[in-house]
Amino acid sequence: MSGCGGSEGLVQLITAEGRRTESPWWDLVSDVGADQLRRLYADMAVVRRIDAEAVALQRQGELGLWAPLEGQEASQVGSARALRPDDFVLPSFRDHGVAYCRGVEPTTLLRVWRGSALSGWDPTTYGMATPAVVVGSQVLHATGYALGVALDGDASAVVAYFGDGASSEGDVAEALCFAATFEVPLVFFCENNQWAISEPAHVQSRASIARRGEAFGIPGLRVDGNDVLAVLAVTRLALARASAGDGPSLIEAETYRLGPHTTSDDPTRYRSSAEEESWRARDPLARMSALLHTEGLADDAFDQEVEAEAAAAADLLRRGCLALADPEPLTVFDHVYADPHPLLEEERAGYVAYLGDLGDLGDLDELEPRDDLATPDDLPAQDRFGGQDGIGALR
Amino acid sequence: MSPSGRFLLPDLGEGLTEAEVVAWHVGPGDTVTLNQVLLEVETEKATVELPSPFAGTVTSLLAEAGETVEVGAPLVAIELAGPEQVPTLVGYGPIAQRSSRRGRRPARAPRTPTAPAAGGRPLAAPPVRFMARQHGVDLAQVRGGGPDGVITREDLAAHLASRTGPVGPVEGTLPPAALREARQVPRGVRKHMAEAMARSAATAPQASIFLTVDATATSELVARLRADPRLAGTRITPLTVVARATVLALQAHPALNASWDDATGEIVTKHYVNLGVAVAGPRGLIVPNVKEAQAMSLPVLAAALQTLTERARAGRSSPNELRGGTATITNIGVFGVDAGVPVLNPGEAAILAYGSIRPRPWEHAGSLALRDVVTLTTTFDHRLADGEQAARFLGTIGELLRDPGAIVTSS
Repeated sequence: MSGCGGSEGLVQLITAEGRRTESPWWDLVSDVGADQLRRLYADMAVVRRIDAEAVALQRQGELGLWAPLEGQEASQVGSARALRPDDFVLPSFRDHGVAYCRGVEPTTLLRVWRGSALSGWDPTTYGMATPAVVVGSQVLHATGYALGVALDGDASAVVAYFGDGASSEGDVAEALCFAATFEVPLVFFCENNQWAISEPAHVQSRASIARRGEAFGIPGLRVDGNDVLAVLAVTRLALARASAGDGPSLIEAETYRLGPHTTSDDPTRYRSSAEEESWRARDPLARMSALLHTEGLADDAFDQEVEAEAAAAADLLRRGCLALADPEPLTVFDHVYADPHPLLEEERAGYVAYLGDLGDLGDLDELEPRDDLATPDDLPAQDRFGGQDGIGALR
Repeated sequence: MSPSGRFLLPDLGEGLTEAEVVAWHVGPGDTVTLNQVLLEVETEKATVELPSPFAGTVTSLLAEAGETVEVGAPLVAIELAGPEQVPTLVGYGPIAQRSSRRGRRPARAPRTPTAPAAGGRPLAAPPVRFMARQHGVDLAQVRGGGPDGVITREDLAAHLASRTGPVGPVEGTLPPAALREARQVPRGVRKHMAEAMARSAATAPQASIFLTVDATATSELVARLRADPRLAGTRITPLTVVARATVLALQAHPALNASWDDATGEIVTKHYVNLGVAVAGPRGLIVPNVKEAQAMSLPVLAAALQTLTERARAGRSSPNELRGGTATITNIGVFGVDAGVPVLNPGEAAILAYGSIRPRPWEHAGSLALRDVVTLTTTFDHRLADGEQAARFLGTIGELLRDPGAIVTSS
């Protein structure tokens, strides 16, 4: 384990080779049977394929940018499948797997990366905010949101996802301090993928990130982030604490970003292929597949089913992406303020006049909304992904 | 015949304009599947593999390995296996790309005929009409290539170029840029100067201070030394005295005789002075330096400067003379100017510029007199010295020029 603090104190239920460990943490996932184990594996396989397709779409000029998640599937799927529908998530910009588990259609996920929309979706629809590109900002937002949940007397919990790089931001330290002081129902979920762009995790933190919680009075624990069951177990515990009014928890999931930071990045310039290989040996999908096959819970037919499900997801993602309509120019003024705003109205009128001037020179029709292109909402319902009826309700 | 698709180079990294083809993984005739890696390209940010947006058969490669391709340019043509949708290009690249996105709708017929109706006023923007008037052109004779037949500046320029017969220059009009501008690739000394100055400006935070002093005594000293038979054959000039004063000031204020070591992040203070002098040589500006100037008496320094500048003006400075300087003097007075703000020679903490030494009305002994006055400027590296240190340094030089006794007496 190249993460800080070695493997000591690391919660692990399934080894890299796919064998079950002896651990008291099994009690927290004793209800997870064969079907649900298979479902967790299938989720990770579909998420990995969606991610790979999105990377290909970016390389083909269909997306402006993409932040790949390959390697972090267990951290995202394991934690998201611990959530109940009424819990609320504030993600980073890499948590596409969490969004998938929350029921966000992957085509919807792509809209902002393609420039087809200014933001992703209505957070209330999925119980999940849109991706935070400002590193660490979402952790403060989550703290405030969780305080609101507590003041409402609601029994739901809030999860803030962030990375090892964000842990160096003042925002995260402030959030930890405030959340501890007000005992808000929040789970700090740090996906330590070992690299903050080109900066290794040991530069971000001399001690493990989980240990920081202790200083704020927040229990912290480290989990093998490539072990989907272990992640499910620790997240369930943290969510239960939050819902019970016992305050925030800090989870550090030790995982690894196998790909580039974003599609604009080239990791070969700052890290060795030997390091990547050592983490590929701890791949979250491989160990789950090994467990399922060793225990007779999966066969070749199952593998083919999962492969077909992933391929269908990729195909639908591609078709949905190419069908995304360009936004109508004036929508840039929508959703800036909840209520009418005089300055914005003035700017909007000015922009209308400007577009009108351009129109005089030729292409006025371009300014009108298009109705000749399919939008994701037009796709058949059975073609949509996800849903929240995973195993979250088991909690 | 199956439909074909062309894969255009996308903007791979948030605002890139080009990429170099590193290697092709496929060739003409190869069957490719969706997302199969076609080629590898290197951008300013990363080396990446490009997956095929189509399934089909490669008909031709449109860029060679080693070639730099602009965003939006075609990379490969593929005969499609099925009725695939031709993808649209998403990118921030050159504006020209936008036409491929807007082209999804069939182009509308122009609203007005391209040629203006007989008797109608030709369409053109006011600056174009102005330009036409200046050239005595009737716009009705010009073909409009803009939207709706609007005559653009380019249309008018093309019309003018195609006009036969002599066309005299018209006041206020300008010939093509190629005739008005000259381009040359800088080489040798000029290129070196450009690089050194750019490096200096990019690395050292530079600040400048000024001091104007009464240097009449220095002028008198120079005249006296020139008349001294013991110094016959040695060329004594104001530069000699300024150089000696600068060496003494550098030793008194070593913060200005220092350099910044980027490799170690340390300040290196020098106990020796290699005094550089900016010289306008036959091929441009060079800055040779006198080694170990702190150990030289005034006559020895004078002789060294004489040799140094003569060799530089003849274009015969040795590489050793051109490196290892610790501080520099530039005499901008030779160009007839009073003052200027010099740029540091890279790697040095200070440079002294002095302007013309010429008689000016100046306060002297309580009344107004005509005195030899000079303005001194020091530019210093603000990482190595602060304003106070630089001011004390410049003050020392000024005092030595005002009263140069110590120039001669100090060892």
